[in-house]
Amino acid sequence: MRYTDEFRDKTLAQGLAAAISAEADRQKAYRFMEFCGGHTHAISRYGLEDLLPANVRMIHGPGCPVCVLPASRIDMAIRLVERPEVTLCVYGDLIRAPGSQGQSLLRAKALGADIRMVYSTLDVIRIAEQAPSREVVFFAIGFETTTPPTAVMIRIAEKKRLKSLSVFCNHVLTPSAMQSILENPKIRNIGGAAIDGFVGPAHVSTIIGTKPYELLAEQFGKPIVIAGFEPLDVMQAILMLVRQVNEDRYDVENQYSRAVRREGNRRAKDEVSQAFEPREQFEWRGLGFVPNSGLKLRRAYARFDAEARFAMHELQVADNPACECCAILRGAKRPVDCKLFGTLGTPETPIGSCMVSSEGACAAYWTYGRVRDDQVRRTS
Amino acid sequence: MSVQGYQRKLDLENGRVDLSHGAGGRAMAQLISSLFHRAFGNEWLARCNDQSAFDVATGKMVMTTDGYVVSPLFFPGGNIGSLAVHGTINDVVMSGARPLYLSASFIIEEGFQLSDLKTIADSMGEAARGAGVYIIAGDTKVVERGKADGLFISTTGIGALAHGFDLSADKAMVGDRVLVSGSLGDHGVAIMSKRHNVAFQTEIVSDSAALHDLVAVMIAAGGAGIRVMRDPTRGGLAATLNEIAHQSGLGFRLQEAAIPVKAAVAATCELFGLDPIHVANEGKLVAIVAPHLADAVLAAMKAHPLGRDAADIGETVADDHKFVQMATSFGGGRIVDWLSGEQLPRIC
Repeated sequence: MRYTDEFRDKTLAQGLAAAISAEADRQKAYRFMEFCGGHTHAISRYGLEDLLPANVRMIHGPGCPVCVLPASRIDMAIRLVERPEVTLCVYGDLIRAPGSQGQSLLRAKALGADIRMVYSTLDVIRIAEQAPSREVVFFAIGFETTTPPTAVMIRIAEKKRLKSLSVFCNHVLTPSAMQSILENPKIRNIGGAAIDGFVGPAHVSTIIGTKPYELLAEQFGKPIVIAGFEPLDVMQAILMLVRQVNEDRYDVENQYSRAVRREGNRRAKDEVSQAFEPREQFEWRGLGFVPNSGLKLRRAYARFDAEARFAMHELQVADNPACECCAILRGAKRPVDCKLFGTLGTPETPIGSCMVSSEGACAAYWTYGRVRDDQVRRTS
Repeated sequence: MSVQGYQRKLDLENGRVDLSHGAGGRAMAQLISSLFHRAFGNEWLARCNDQSAFDVATGKMVMTTDGYVVSPLFFPGGNIGSLAVHGTINDVVMSGARPLYLSASFIIEEGFQLSDLKTIADSMGEAARGAGVYIIAGDTKVVERGKADGLFISTTGIGALAHGFDLSADKAMVGDRVLVSGSLGDHGVAIMSKRHNVAFQTEIVSDSAALHDLVAVMIAAGGAGIRVMRDPTRGGLAATLNEIAHQSGLGFRLQEAAIPVKAAVAATCELFGLDPIHVANEGKLVAIVAPHLADAVLAAMKAHPLGRDAADIGETVADDHKFVQMATSFGGGRIVDWLSGEQLPRIC
């Protein structure tokens, strides 16, 4: 398949693997965090870790929108959709994410709730137009990549005077989360060794550009290489990170130059800033309350805000104490370190959402990498 | 079936199914005789009994049943009718049996177009005749509008198994080869292309087909060397191999580069974040074959129109975990797991 096979070429991968092995200093350990779940899955799906030398280790970051969504937000959505007048539109990823009591939107749907899986925010517009008597709520989640489509949906809804449409907004911001990881000493140090650099987001960066990472790289002295989601992209980014570490540099470099510019996508950014503004703080699973890390609708669009419209109360719920999702999301633990992994916690019976989201680290380990985990468990 | 007194002819162009067509009266009798009997036409149905008697072969009989709820009812490469015949025939023939008879049960929603019902029944008749199989029993129910999504069909199949032939997943042995009969994922992608919320243009058509003839040439070439056969429908190749792994207590090692996938299917899967090995097929089979006969069976498959793109994609290995592992085209390794939940609901 053109335009994808080129980025999955075995020979080129072997060349990059050889270069990484040759350039990585054997006396040194390299610990790189791939922020995005998309990268985590590319690494597992293509077996990238098999190609890396033992002293180059990948740490999985929190860049999975479903995984970082606190169970309380799922509970709030389930409570909302129990109202008979509400039709809740969600992206498919979210439908199996567990709430605090093991309930999920999938189960709520089986109990009669009107929940629709959508592929695009335009589907939500269509649903609202077809059923004007229904209160159609879009469960908006995601990083900067999925925010512009929500903003566009609100603009269209306003133009079409769709009074019955609203948004349950859970959009979050990448740079704030990266900062939170770097600022927290417990997170920063994993078994005594620091994170040596980041494989930076692919799709998020097409929107925000590379500029927002510059301050982070400078402030914390960590190299960041923005990388595409194809396996060769990730391999090349790892090589670029190894070189930066060897040369004591901490620059923001752009491996994904075929899609990402320094300034990002201005049109998309404008759409977002017209509709949204930062929340003072937003709760993340794994990171806790992070300042300026979430978005809410601007006052001018307050009538589209489902939280206000339905007086949705913030719920406080605790995660299962045995579930290590939070430490895994911070990169402090690996899925195999969790007692629940593969025992109680499987994709069929998830305890934490990292196991069900298509970008979750536990799902990636479970789906693609259990053989390797078993070897790790046996040898450690 | 003789219909007494005057009765208006069934309007097969513009008419619709109403509740009287399932009520057991004249209207139902008329629907059955002028639509189903005509489409399926055979001596058993002509007798109009509540059951059909047939001769029993020596050896073993094979029986299977399946319900069809595909949405949309019409898709590139077939419709729910042809699918309901092919799918059940394939379940019979995966045992190595010769398919003989089918029953068909229809649950029809009030208001369903008679013209569509005729097209579907005709497709079933054609598919059955094409496989030398007779539809010898049936049932029709009509439910109120909104209580079924157009039409659901259940078919039951019966076949005859030659003496001594016994295919079963627990027969797989370490070192056996894994053969697939052609490109994977065609059916699922064809269905998806017609779903109203994701509709897109593609040249891909469903692979829906009856595999009795392909299986016959494989058995002629491989005999008892064929240990297991299965059609990778829902859940695709990945689900089928995981099932066999669990039944046989073995693992698999596959070569990703050897797995045949059409470029258009690969592209669609890429776009929707699917994996072709999880996508459904309706005219493909997986065979686990003794290593010394694998080449002969593969050659026989390739010589058959339904096995032209057949490939040897890996082997069975000893593995307490019963993992299906795959060497990726990229040069790494991964597990091939069952999919959790539905990748795409109602594909068959």
